Amino acid sequence: MSTYDADVIIAGAGMAGATLALALNSAGVKTILIDPQVFEIQTAPEFDGRASAIAWSTFRQWMEIGVGEALVPHAQRIEQILVTDDPTPGAAAGPGMGLFLRFDAAEISDASGGEPLGYMIENRHARAALAQAVTAAGIEVLAPARVVCVNVEGPAAVVTLEDGRTLRAPLAVGAEGRNSTVRQAAGIGVIGWNYKQTGFVATVAMDEAHDGVAHEYFLPSGPFAILPLTGKRASLVWTESPARAVALKAARIEVVEAHLSRRFGAFLGEVHLAGPRFTYPLSLQMAERMYAPRMALLGDAAHAVHPIAGQGLNLGLKDVAALAQVLVEALRLGEDIGSEAVLERYVAWRRFDNVSLAAATDVFVRLFSNDHPLLRVARGIGMAAVGKIGPARRFFMEEAGGAVGDLPRLLRGQPL
Amino acid sequence: MTAAPRSSIDPAEVERFSRIAAEWWDPKGKFAPLHKFNPVRLGFIRERALSHFSRDAAARRPFEGLALLDIGCGGGLLSEPMARLGFSVTGVDASERNIKTAMTHAEDGGLSIDYRASTAEALEAAGERFDLILNMEVIEHVADPGEFLRSCSRLLAPGGLMIVASLNRTLKAFALAKVGAEYILRWLPPGTHDWNRFIKPEEMRGFVADQKLGIEGPFGICFDPLSGQWFRSADSDVNYMMIVTRPG
Repeated sequence: MSTYDADVIIAGAGMAGATLALALNSAGVKTILIDPQVFEIQTAPEFDGRASAIAWSTFRQWMEIGVGEALVPHAQRIEQILVTDDPTPGAAAGPGMGLFLRFDAAEISDASGGEPLGYMIENRHARAALAQAVTAAGIEVLAPARVVCVNVEGPAAVVTLEDGRTLRAPLAVGAEGRNSTVRQAAGIGVIGWNYKQTGFVATVAMDEAHDGVAHEYFLPSGPFAILPLTGKRASLVWTESPARAVALKAARIEVVEAHLSRRFGAFLGEVHLAGPRFTYPLSLQMAERMYAPRMALLGDAAHAVHPIAGQGLNLGLKDVAALAQVLVEALRLGEDIGSEAVLERYVAWRRFDNVSLAAATDVFVRLFSNDHPLLRVARGIGMAAVGKIGPARRFFMEEAGGAVGDLPRLLRGQPL
Repeated sequence: MTAAPRSSIDPAEVERFSRIAAEWWDPKGKFAPLHKFNPVRLGFIRERALSHFSRDAAARRPFEGLALLDIGCGGGLLSEPMARLGFSVTGVDASERNIKTAMTHAEDGGLSIDYRASTAEALEAAGERFDLILNMEVIEHVADPGEFLRSCSRLLAPGGLMIVASLNRTLKAFALAKVGAEYILRWLPPGTHDWNRFIKPEEMRGFVADQKLGIEGPFGICFDPLSGQWFRSADSDVNYMMIVTRPG
């Protein structure tokens, strides 16, 4: 007899792992979350200073599984995205100067039912809402606990923890990010490279309202983004060489603020740091496969992309929607949810999206992190062309919003 | 679930059957078409059984307490999911090799399924009765389909339900299921099917006309080459299913 501790063991109780646990729980599927860190650490202000762009489809998923409501007060609608490669501060806000691309929420309102292009949400708020929902749902969380290995024994994935405990389930999911233990246990290799860039991230407060406009500047050192947060605040993503990013993190507040004022220009008024500063090394890392027998990968464990398009978390949350639906449907049919026949359906659903996005962002970064005059001209023509062609631009926006393709039910705001 | 009884398979043979089982259960292997086909069949069976036996769709094992017979069970591609949904499953196949393969796989998976190398006729002689009988893609392979169907229906308990799946004897079925699947797409080994033995839904009705049984259908299943998925359809020109019921 095979006794299981759960239907699915999820290694990693971060945003993707917790969302998967809640999605499966909403359909009566028993999960166990395992994480080296307790929720209190994850939700502390010093833990994660990033903010994420959440597509309206992935936000709908959070609404559906009971997390969205708590996030509404913290969700800043993105009404417009202005993209430029003009290094002049605030140029995109000026009358047409250096502006190449403009994405407007109103343009896709037919497809999205009046939804914005997306929401900006600070990760710490998302983590807090997820932790609260997981606790309220009574989902078993083992933390602090570390997975040391996963073995397949007949009908079970056997997960061994550092303290010697073992847990059995038909399926183990790796949602622990770039250094996934489940991925290593499955013998799945990775391909990827380092961009030799570091992301400097901070929250800033401005004098002027941002009106829900996200600004993205493509500079020779890498992209620089001002992403609107609730109130007169913004999340700043400043891509720099590693050395300069470290210097920015260590510099005195007045020095950083002086730099920021130069970068921002005058259009948002005076700019002040409104929280801790963070740096993140940037790299692209794709798992060679997304599953092995009785093991599946999702989120950064499967594909860690450059944050340039704000799509990293989105990809993970879209993985969740597809995997949850595949597993729930398979359970209803009495299928073995750890079998390759079932896991193959999940991968087939996600493959195109994940690979194309990783490839596109990679090309973007290489194209824009370069000051070669010919490249500047080429990308100017490309962006201007996309901007002029209405249907193409709407497609890009809907893709970013998650409306393209055969959407999993949770992304359509429907129960599993 | 109770422990699967250790089978009487010769240990030397276990290795061989494990290999065959691995082949049966490889979604990209020789039986890939069957794996693709399986979800749509399972979905149909589940839906019909839920409503026929008034079971709870939200339950993990909605069919607890019901006896199921899988005729021509092969490697157990239907038997195993049915056991997970709560049925007490008896899997019968004329091929000893298939039965040993299915036993090996179910044991590895910790599932308790009563697999037997036997026939519908033998079960009938033994007086066995079942609440649900799966008669899937078998009838077009037997010598006397009418007698086979009547024999199977006599195994139905009062109030029981039988689902019969087969291929229609149409030109379209000849083109798609015979020439297409065997010679062009190579989904199946050439010679798997004999088009002359395909059965029309009205013939199926005729077989059980004098048996005091209910019969419904056909329910078509079609393949979408773009998505690579099978789906239920009003078109029953190629693959279809029939529902046979014994009054309670």
